Amino acid sequence: MTDRAVAIDARELTFAWPGKARLIDIERFTLHRAERVFLRGPSGSGKSTLLGLLGGVLQPSGGEIHLLGKAINEMSAGERDRFRGEQIGFIFQMFNLIPYLDVVENVMLPGRFSKLREQRIIGEPVAEAKRLLAAIGLNDPALLSRPVTELSIGQQQRVAAARALYGKPGLIIADEPTSSLDQDARENFLTLLMDECRAQGASLLFVSHDTQLGARFDRVVALKDINRAATDATGESLA
Amino acid sequence: MTLLLALRSLRNRSATAVLTIAAIAISVTLLLGVEKLRTAARDGFANTVSGVDLIVGARSGQLNLLLYSVFRVGDATANVTWESYQRIAKHPDVAWTIPLSLGDSHRGFRVLGTTTAYFEHYRFAGDRPIVFAEGRVFNDLYDAVIGADVAEQLAYTLGQPVVIAHGTGRVSFTEHDDKPFRIVGILERTGTPIDRTVHVSLEAITAIHVDWKGGMQAPAGARVSAEEARERDLTPESITAFMVGMKSRVMTFTMQRAINEYRQEPLMAVMPGVALSQLWNLVGIADTALRIVAAFVVLAGLLGMLTAILTSLNERRREMAILRSVGARPRHVFALLITEAGILASSGVMVGVGLTYGAIFAAQPLLERRFGIFLQPGGLSGYDVMLLTGIVLAALLMGAVPAWRAYRNSLSDGLTIRV
Repeated sequence: MTDRAVAIDARELTFAWPGKARLIDIERFTLHRAERVFLRGPSGSGKSTLLGLLGGVLQPSGGEIHLLGKAINEMSAGERDRFRGEQIGFIFQMFNLIPYLDVVENVMLPGRFSKLREQRIIGEPVAEAKRLLAAIGLNDPALLSRPVTELSIGQQQRVAAARALYGKPGLIIADEPTSSLDQDARENFLTLLMDECRAQGASLLFVSHDTQLGARFDRVVALKDINRAATDATGESLA
Repeated sequence: MTLLLALRSLRNRSATAVLTIAAIAISVTLLLGVEKLRTAARDGFANTVSGVDLIVGARSGQLNLLLYSVFRVGDATANVTWESYQRIAKHPDVAWTIPLSLGDSHRGFRVLGTTTAYFEHYRFAGDRPIVFAEGRVFNDLYDAVIGADVAEQLAYTLGQPVVIAHGTGRVSFTEHDDKPFRIVGILERTGTPIDRTVHVSLEAITAIHVDWKGGMQAPAGARVSAEEARERDLTPESITAFMVGMKSRVMTFTMQRAINEYRQEPLMAVMPGVALSQLWNLVGIADTALRIVAAFVVLAGLLGMLTAILTSLNERRREMAILRSVGARPRHVFALLITEAGILASSGVMVGVGLTYGAIFAAQPLLERRFGIFLQPGGLSGYDVMLLTGIVLAALLMGAVPAWRAYRNSLSDGLTIRV
C-alpha cells in the first residue's frame, strides 16, 4: 500500500500534547527517494514537533507517517527506536557528539545500536568511518585522535554528518546543522553533505530558517505553509 | 556495549568517579575490617582456654567463675576446701587437675598459685601449650614464672627478685617483703591473660601467708621467716578454683552434675566453652555497635555515588538525546546509568577488599603482639562475600533512581532538548 520510492509520506498528520492545542496539522508532506528538500522552519512553525514525529520519538495524535515504505505510526515505541537507528541519520544544530568517545567512535555510534547499519558497510567499519570523515572534509589524521570536545564547531558538525551517513541510512534529517557555522563553512559543509547524500542515494530533509541556502535544493517547502496549526511568530511552546 | 559506553562515560568524569570509588572503597574497608577484627577477637576470646573440660569453684555465677579463673578479672566469693579438691582430683574419671590460688598481686599483675600441671596441661588457641621463652618451671618454694607482658612491661629478667603484694589492688600497702621470690622462668607470649600473670607454686602462696591471720600479718615477734616457713606443712587449707581434664570427654557431663550436686560444699562446675560463648554474647554488644557504624558508613558511600550520578544527569541530557537519535531505546539509557552505578560500586568493593588485605598485612604483627589478636588474612568468608554482594546490589538499586530519571527525561526530551 505504500510507495517504496517515497522516503517520507505524511498524511493528515496531527499532533497535540494531551489537553493542549494542536501543534501539527499537515494534510500531506512527501519527500521522494534521493530527493533533497529544504524545509524552511522558523521557531513557532512546529519544527521540533515535526522532527520528533518523523524520528518516531513522538506518536502522532492522528494520521499516518510512512518512512521508506513503512508506516511508523503503526509501530511500537521499541520498533520505532529500532527503525530510527536503522534508517535515519540525524544532524543537529550543535552538541552532536558524545564527549567521551573519540571522533571515529562517534561516527561508528549508530553501529552500536543497529546491526543493520553495520551490515550495510562494505569492508571494515573503521575504514568506512574514516572514508566518510574524509569525504566530508576531515582527512587530517591528527584531528581524528583529538578529543571531540577540542574540535571546532565546524569540525564537530562534519563528524556529526559523517555519523548520520554511516551505514547508509535511507533518510538524513538535518536540523539547522549550519546555523553555528560562518558563511564559507556553511557553503562548504552543505556541498560535501549533498555530495555524499547523492553518492549514497540518501534522501535529505534539511530544516533551516536560513532561506539563502534554499536555492541549492531540489525543492523548498515552508513548514508554515503546510502546517495548518502553525502559530506564526508567537510560538512560545513550539520552540 | 552498554558496559563500554558506561566505562568511557565514567572515564570522562574520572575525578568524580575516582572520588566516588574511593568513598565506597573506604567504607568497604571499614566494614570488612570490623568484620575481620570481630571474627579474630571472638576466636582469640574463645581461644583463651582450651583442653580444659571443667572449671570448678565455689558456687557463684558461671561468668564470675570464668572471669576470675581464666581472665583474672574480679575475685572469688568463696574458696574450695583442699579436701573437696582432693576428692575430685582423685576421682577415677579425672585425668588431671590444675589448682588455682588467687588473691595476691605484683605491681598490678595477678599472682597465681598453681602446680606444674598448669604448664603441662593448660592449652590455648586450639592446642597450643604454654612455652617457656627463657628459664624453667618453678621447683623451689620461692621461684616465680612470669608471663610475657609482665616481663616486658616491668623489664624483668631471670634471677631478678620480686616481692608479692597482699591483695589484688594496683597499689598495695602490705607486701610480703619478708619472703621475696626469684624469677626462674619467662613464658612466650600467648595473647591470653597468662601473659599478665605471675605464677608461683601453691605451697608458696601458703608460705607467704603462714603467719597471717584475718588479713593481717602477725606482730613482729610472732612472724615466721622465709627459711622457717620451708619447715612447715605447706599444704593449703583451700584453693580458689581448679581446672579439670577428664580421661574421657564423655564423662564431662556426669562429672559436672556430680560436682554441682556435691553435698559437703557448695561447688559449681562450668564448661569453659559454654561459659565463654555466654561471656562473648555480653561483650558482643560493642561489636554490634561497630558493625552498625560500619553499615552506615557504607550507606554514606553509596549515597555519595547516588549524588554524583544524579548531579551528572542534567548536563548529560544532550548525550542521552544523541544516543536516542542513533537508535538507543529508553531502556538503553536506563541500562547505561544502572551499569555506571554497578561499575562504581564493584570497583569500590574491589579496591576496598584490596585495602583491607593491605591493612591486615600491615597491621598483623602489631595486633598480634599488642593484643594477641591473630587476624587471618585468608580468603573472604561466605559472610563477607554476602556483604559485598549486598553492597553492589544496593548500589544497583540506588542506581535505579538516576536511571529512572534519565529514562523519563529521554522519553520527554526525545531528540530535541534545549541546551
